[in-house]
Parts: sequence; structure tokens; C-alpha cells
Amino acid sequence: MAKLRTRKHKVVLSRSAGGDAGITFLLTILGIFMFLPMVYVISQSLKPLDELWMYPPRFIVKNPTLGNFKDLFTLMNDSWVPFSRYIFNTVFTSVGGTFGHLFIASMCAYALAKIKFPGGKAIFKTIRTSLMFHSTVTAITNFMLMSAFQMIDTYWAIIVPAWGYTLGLYLMKQFMDSSVPDTVLESARLDGASEIRTYWTIAMPMVKPAWLTLIIYSFQALWNAGASTYIYSEQLKSFNYAIGKITAGGIKRQGASAAATVLMMAVPILVFVISQSNIIETMGSSGMKD
Amino acid sequence: MSKKSAEYQAVARKDITYRQWIWKEMKRNKVAYLMIAPYVLVFTLFTIVPVLLSFVISFTDFNMLQFPNFVGLENYINLFFADDIFLISAKNTLIFAVIVGPVSYLMSFLVAWFINELSPKIRSVVTLIFYAPAISGQVYMIWGTLFSADSQGWVNATLLETGIIESPISWFKDADYVMPLCIVVALWTSLGTSFLSFIAGLQGVDRSLYEAGAVDGVKNRWQELWYITLPSMKPQLMFGAIMAITNSFGFGGVVTALAGLPSVDYAAHTIMNHLEDYGGARYEIGYSSAIAVVLFLVMIGANTVVSKVISKVGS
Repeated sequence: MAKLRTRKHKVVLSRSAGGDAGITFLLTILGIFMFLPMVYVISQSLKPLDELWMYPPRFIVKNPTLGNFKDLFTLMNDSWVPFSRYIFNTVFTSVGGTFGHLFIASMCAYALAKIKFPGGKAIFKTIRTSLMFHSTVTAITNFMLMSAFQMIDTYWAIIVPAWGYTLGLYLMKQFMDSSVPDTVLESARLDGASEIRTYWTIAMPMVKPAWLTLIIYSFQALWNAGASTYIYSEQLKSFNYAIGKITAGGIKRQGASAAATVLMMAVPILVFVISQSNIIETMGSSGMKD
Repeated sequence: MSKKSAEYQAVARKDITYRQWIWKEMKRNKVAYLMIAPYVLVFTLFTIVPVLLSFVISFTDFNMLQFPNFVGLENYINLFFADDIFLISAKNTLIFAVIVGPVSYLMSFLVAWFINELSPKIRSVVTLIFYAPAISGQVYMIWGTLFSADSQGWVNATLLETGIIESPISWFKDADYVMPLCIVVALWTSLGTSFLSFIAGLQGVDRSLYEAGAVDGVKNRWQELWYITLPSMKPQLMFGAIMAITNSFGFGGVVTALAGLPSVDYAAHTIMNHLEDYGGARYEIGYSSAIAVVLFLVMIGANTVVSKVISKVGS
């Protein structure tokens, strides 16, 4: 009885009305700051020409139209490299980069998390340290190495580095640590299953949320990849780059440009909406212990 | 007895040396090396080798055309004593990092904490609102439209209409405004991976700890936060800090996109932009490698220091 009362008591005590109001207020202010620019993007994309040039400009569209999207598709059709080619480039590099990454990073993560071998910890520490610097620091030397490997101006220049994405390996390893119980693996090994078999048939099905997270992170990076310095040929450039070219076409294309922005942001947002719960589950084990 | 020797006690043998034992262990775990080989190869080629190569090249005058000469510390000396623009960019990077790093970290944590007690459906909607700017690619360009330099821009028009200003301000081309604006945009896009990690960490805190805390006299949510939530989330706090620091020091892409390269009077020029300028535009590879090495060391240094501080929290 006493315990019950303590619990009830706690709920009342720890959640003061003033605190609730303050938190709600702060959250609302921050939410408005985050959300308004997004609203403006969408509003711009739906504005007919006369509203885009209205003075003073209105924040919210009055007579929404899909004309800007139509203009965007017309502009796409006029491009000398067909737009289907740009889309193919982005899809091809995204798929190749993402699945290669998922496969080799999860295999490595399994060995680092579940097999004790000399050097394993040191290797993981090195990989983890690389989370501490931004990859653009090595952009120049990367370029030189890729020219040495003759990878410049090929799809490989985009695909192969994506395989080595560090955050993906880190999240996968941490998730395996926390959600694949050693006892299950131990009994599989006693039954004579090889490590590779254990990895593929036992560990991998248990870490589905982490797969999805790796796929989404890698896909987001590749989808948002604009003009790569590693690619010269127009025919090999990404969808994002091509869209950027349209939007850079000056003020006459303001409407189409807003439509393009909406199109580009809709894809990663949609993907996140579908996979949110899995990503959050993966992040549950993202913590760093020393 | 140290922890290490206790760990190895089970396998301690007298008949072979430590080195022989390691070799035996390595042979026994052949398959593990096989499994890590593909990833480690890619990681070595595209992360480790480029870092090492940057160090080596930073001591030369390599320019992509002629064979490089060894020049010792000349690049570094020029960087710190002759390149005024580098010093401006270092100052700007520091300002960015000191403001954007902690503020985005706090914002990520506070928002995650605020929404933690909402119902799952509402929570996922709010998560999306805060996370969307971080994943939407070039969407931050909308700030350029909102703060466009002519009276057609929404901010200028609103300020003109209300009589606060008399002539339009060219926001991103004005040395007084460009830096604060870039900071705002950086914060806007900064609720990323660490934010998600905090949300997950908060949901992972053992509920029974709160009940035990209430019995032990935890009075309000602030005490609950300090005595229970934060200590249980230390690993996530550490991970989030590293993400925030790395991103805030690597800031530069947004500046180029919104304010141009270089930004007006170098007012928002960061080390990253300086690197872009010398490496991408001028092909002074030796010199830009020195810039990259400095930035690399600063990032690793800041991360190490902050990790040490966080690991001390609550212990």
C-alpha cells in the first residue's frame, strides 16, 4: 500500500504544471523554427507565377497549382542527356554502394563483435576513431588515390568508397553486441556450424533493424550526392546534380526550382517515415563505451 | 592482479611463449580475418591511406603537375604566419564549432527529452519535424530565398512593410549578417544522428530506476534527469558529442552554397572552405594537405578532450 502511494506521489511531484508549460512552450518555439522553412519550400512550389512575383510576398500560397511540377518535367524532357539516364546513375550507384556496404560491413561487424581474435579490438578502435573526423578532410588525397586506381570518372568512384562508410559499420557492430546473444551462437558452433554460416543464418536475421538503418543511411548519402568531383562525364552524373542544374537556371525558373527541391526532399523523408521505428531501435545501441 | 592478466588466465600456458600463443590464436581464427578482410581493405584504402598520405604530402610542394619537392615545415609556417585568410578561417571555424557544437548538442538532447513522454504516434510526428531538415539534402537553400537580397525576399519585404528597415538588406552578402545567418542554418540542419541516438537512449532507460529513484527521494524531473537519466545514457551522450563536434568542425558546405566561395570579406570563411579553395580551385595540393592535417588534428583533439570530460560525468 505504501509503495503504491509512493508511485502515485511521484507522478504528481515530478511533473509540475509549470515545468510542463515551460517545456511545451520551448518545444513549440523550436518546432516552429524547424518547420516554417519547410512549409515555405512547399508553399513556394505550389505558387502560380503571379504569386511568386507578388509584392509583398505571401508566406502561404493562395491559389495552389501543380504548374511548377509540370514545368519541371518539361525542363527535364528538354535536357540533352535524357533524365532517365541521370535517374539510372543515381539508382545504380545507390544500390551498388548500399548493398556492397551492407554485406561487407555486416560481415566485418559480426567478426569484430562475436569472435575473439588477436587485433580485433584494435581494429575496431581504429575504425571508431575515424568517426572523429569529417571525410572531406581526406577528399584531396582520396582523389589522388582514385586516379591512381583509374577509378575517376567511373561509377566505381562513387560505389567503392560507399562500401567503407564508417558509421554503418559502427552501428552494426554495436547492435550485434547488444542483440545477438552469445549463447545462441555458442550452441550453433557446438552443432558444427562454421562462423560464416552462423553469421549468415543466425546473426543476420536477428539484426534486421540494423540492416535497414545501414541501407537508409547509405541511401540517403548517395541520393543527396550532388556533383561529385570524381565524375566529369555528363552521362555519369547524378540525378541530384541534374536537378541542381535546372534550379540554377536563374529567376525565371524559380517555380520549377521550388518544385525540384520538394521532389528531392520527399524521397528521404518518405523513406524515414517508413523505417523510423527500426532506425530508432538500432540507435538504442549506438552508445559509445570506452 | 591487473584486469588483463585475469582475462587471459584461462588460456595461460607455460609450454609456449606469448608470441607463439598469439600466432596460434591467429591461425585458429583464420575465418575471422577472412570476414573482416573486405571491409578493412576498403577502409584502409579510402580512410587510413588518405590520412597518412595527407601527412606526407603536407611536407612537400606538390601541385599535381611537377614532381614534389620536400619542403619541411614550410607549408605549416606559411599557414600560421603568412596566410591571414587562414587565420580568419581558423577563427571562424572556432566560432562555428563553439556555438554550433554545444547548441546543436543541447537542442538535440532537450528536444529528445521533451518528446520522450509523448504518445508514440505524436512522438514520431515530432521526431520527423525536427529531423527532416537534416536529411533533406539541399533544402537549406530555402534560407537563401527567405533571406534573398532584394525586396522580393520574404524577410526583407516583411521588414520593409513594417517599417523596421528602409532599404533591403543583402543578408548573405553582408559581412555583418552572413556569419550569424550561417550559424542559424547550421543549427537548423543539425538535429541528425545524435538526435536519433538520444531518442533511442531515453527510451532505453530502465523504467524501474525511476521508481526506485522516487522511493529514494527524487523530487522533480530535473533531479530525475540529473541523477537517473543522464548517467544511464552516458554511452549515447558520448556518441552524440562526437557526431556534433565532427560536424561542427567540418562546417563549410552550407557557407559555399549560400554565401559563395569566398564569402563576402571572408566573413564566414571556414577552414573547410579554405581547404576547398586551395585543394579544389588552385591545385596547391601540398599546401592544402597541410590545411587538411591541421583540421584533422583539431577534430581528433576536440573529440578526445570532450570524450574524456563526458566519461567523467557522474563518476
